[in-house]
Amino acid sequence: MITGQRVLIFGVNSAIAQAVARLLVQRGCHVYGVGRNAEKLRAVLEDLRVRAGPDQRVGGCQADLDDIAAQPGWFDQAESFLGVIDVVLIAHGVLPDQLVCQGDLATTMAALHSNALSAVALAEEAAHRLQARGAGTIVAIGSVAGDRGRQSNYVYGAAKGMLALYLQGLRNRLAHHGVHVLTVKPGFVDTPMTAGFERKGWLWARPEQVARGIVRAMDKRRDVAYLPAFWFWIMLVIRSIPERLFKRLRM
Amino acid sequence: MSEWASWGRVHQAAPARVISLVDRAAALPDGAGRSLLAYGRGRSYGDVCLNRDGVILHTRGLDRWIRFDRQSGVLSCEAGVTLREILQLVVPQGWFLSVTPGTREVTVGGAIANDVHGKNHHAAGTFAHHLRGFELLRSDGARLDCTPARHPDWFAATVGGLGLTGLVTRAELQLAPVANAYLDVQTLRFHDLDEFWELNAEAERLWPYTVAWLDCAARGASQGRGVFSCARHAPSQPDLPLFRERRRTMPFTPPFSLVNPLSLRAFNGLYWHKARTRRALSHYVPYFYPLDAIAHWNRLYGRAGFYQYQCVVPPSTMREAIAELLARIAASGQGSFLAVLKTFGSKPSLGLLSFARTGATLALDFPNRGAVTQHLFQDLDVIVRSAGGALYPAKDARMPPDLFRQAYPRLQDFTSFVDPAFGSDFWRRMCA
Repeated sequence: MITGQRVLIFGVNSAIAQAVARLLVQRGCHVYGVGRNAEKLRAVLEDLRVRAGPDQRVGGCQADLDDIAAQPGWFDQAESFLGVIDVVLIAHGVLPDQLVCQGDLATTMAALHSNALSAVALAEEAAHRLQARGAGTIVAIGSVAGDRGRQSNYVYGAAKGMLALYLQGLRNRLAHHGVHVLTVKPGFVDTPMTAGFERKGWLWARPEQVARGIVRAMDKRRDVAYLPAFWFWIMLVIRSIPERLFKRLRM
Repeated sequence: MSEWASWGRVHQAAPARVISLVDRAAALPDGAGRSLLAYGRGRSYGDVCLNRDGVILHTRGLDRWIRFDRQSGVLSCEAGVTLREILQLVVPQGWFLSVTPGTREVTVGGAIANDVHGKNHHAAGTFAHHLRGFELLRSDGARLDCTPARHPDWFAATVGGLGLTGLVTRAELQLAPVANAYLDVQTLRFHDLDEFWELNAEAERLWPYTVAWLDCAARGASQGRGVFSCARHAPSQPDLPLFRERRRTMPFTPPFSLVNPLSLRAFNGLYWHKARTRRALSHYVPYFYPLDAIAHWNRLYGRAGFYQYQCVVPPSTMREAIAELLARIAASGQGSFLAVLKTFGSKPSLGLLSFARTGATLALDFPNRGAVTQHLFQDLDVIVRSAGGALYPAKDARMPPDLFRQAYPRLQDFTSFVDPAFGSDFWRRMCA
């Protein structure tokens, strides 16, 4: 059960992470948030501070989340602020325009770096620290887009797919050391990241709804959580379509 | 896109685009020639919150707290926060909204834009009287930090300014201290309007909250009867009753209005006869927000929707005018369960377009029955106009522009503060 833990959140300005942080603060957790945009970060942390009880700690720092060399420093800062880290949530990400990626290799590589490499590096650092303590939880936000490559979104999908596969291995490794690894796979979520889409219909979820699912999955120590849960069935069908057929579809 | 109807559901106006705001530090989106308008929870009854073919700036994502000083009761928050969220935060910590309208589902931005009032107007004034400041973001990129002392002209234009002066991004409110979540409520029946005026004058001296429910279906000798209620925040009590909120919902829109002359007379008669003189502790939710208990209660009026008619008439004419209005409404057989009569105090409102002014205000819902309803409104307008009264833009979907100009003499001053990039269906209707 998640209550009173000390939580480090990367990408705390994202709509989903902010909603998770609110739920965790409501449960008495202490939060240290790292975000790219300093003004947004200040607004998110102020909000959490008003919600917090008298002894709860809420802090954070602005940082370029792609800067892998600087990552251990953020863990040190968070540890000195929180005392100890129980939960690490990796929630940053960018949604690149697939068509731009196809014409520009630099955009593709940058998107792979943000969504996959920097997230893997953070998870590796978290694993190192939590394994030493023999306890804790690592949560990373992947995507249903990582379950199968599709022409409309495969750069983003490849990065999230790599993250999922990495976390699978990490989970196997850390299971022997008392550390829980949760892979979250949201479907379509109505957030600023998806502002370019027509966001209507039953497939679209609110970030608060996804956040509740994440906290529930943390409570239950689930391994992989599709959110909302019906995405498990949708992706089961999509994954089971033979490649010979799938490659001809326009998805 | 029924989501873009207002609360009365008479008007439905699809915007060209909807943009969700999430970052108060970000610049205003470019409307590319289309007018902008902030939209919170769509609780305005008419068209002040609608922007046909324009750009709706959805403020739902501006829902962050900024600061809450538990000692002084000063709360700073983003403009998309709702009054419900404020109460959830502050009531357990011993604070309450200094002024609240009859629903919690409105945003702070909406409460400012309509300079809303509550049952304590005679004691506390309007929402703006407890507004310490706000940030106004203009389409030229300027951010004005407005308080009653700093940029007082922009403050006066924006409170009650119907969202036309720019986007309010954040606000700072002064809350009022309370000992608990309950009110000490006294209810009494009155048999006619004379008795109401007598009761009201006495109650205003003793109680911070007063309001009367009128039986608008009663005719002849019983015309003007109703139930008077007065309340104050309860002092510390050894035993408080338990309160658990029950949420019901009106699950569908019936093809016709469930409010009709027959159901109206039956309900109102029953309500009046059931009411007794009594004194009780009531939790703040059922006292202030009885209708919030039924989600989508506006669907009761059927597919055609409903109008609310809310006017204020000055003290010199209020007794005659209210009696005339009631007689005309009772004769029509229209009207609803929700007929409310309340007197406003003498505190001058701060906004150039604020509705609240000394006198008496009468508010009624009317199912939309087309021409019959419009005809009734025209008759009511005549009474309001000759009494020197005004209609409330937040509730309005049909007032004639010349009545608006007559009732809001500072309209000319206001016009120069309207942001050129902003507009609304209401504003275009008034300027046409």
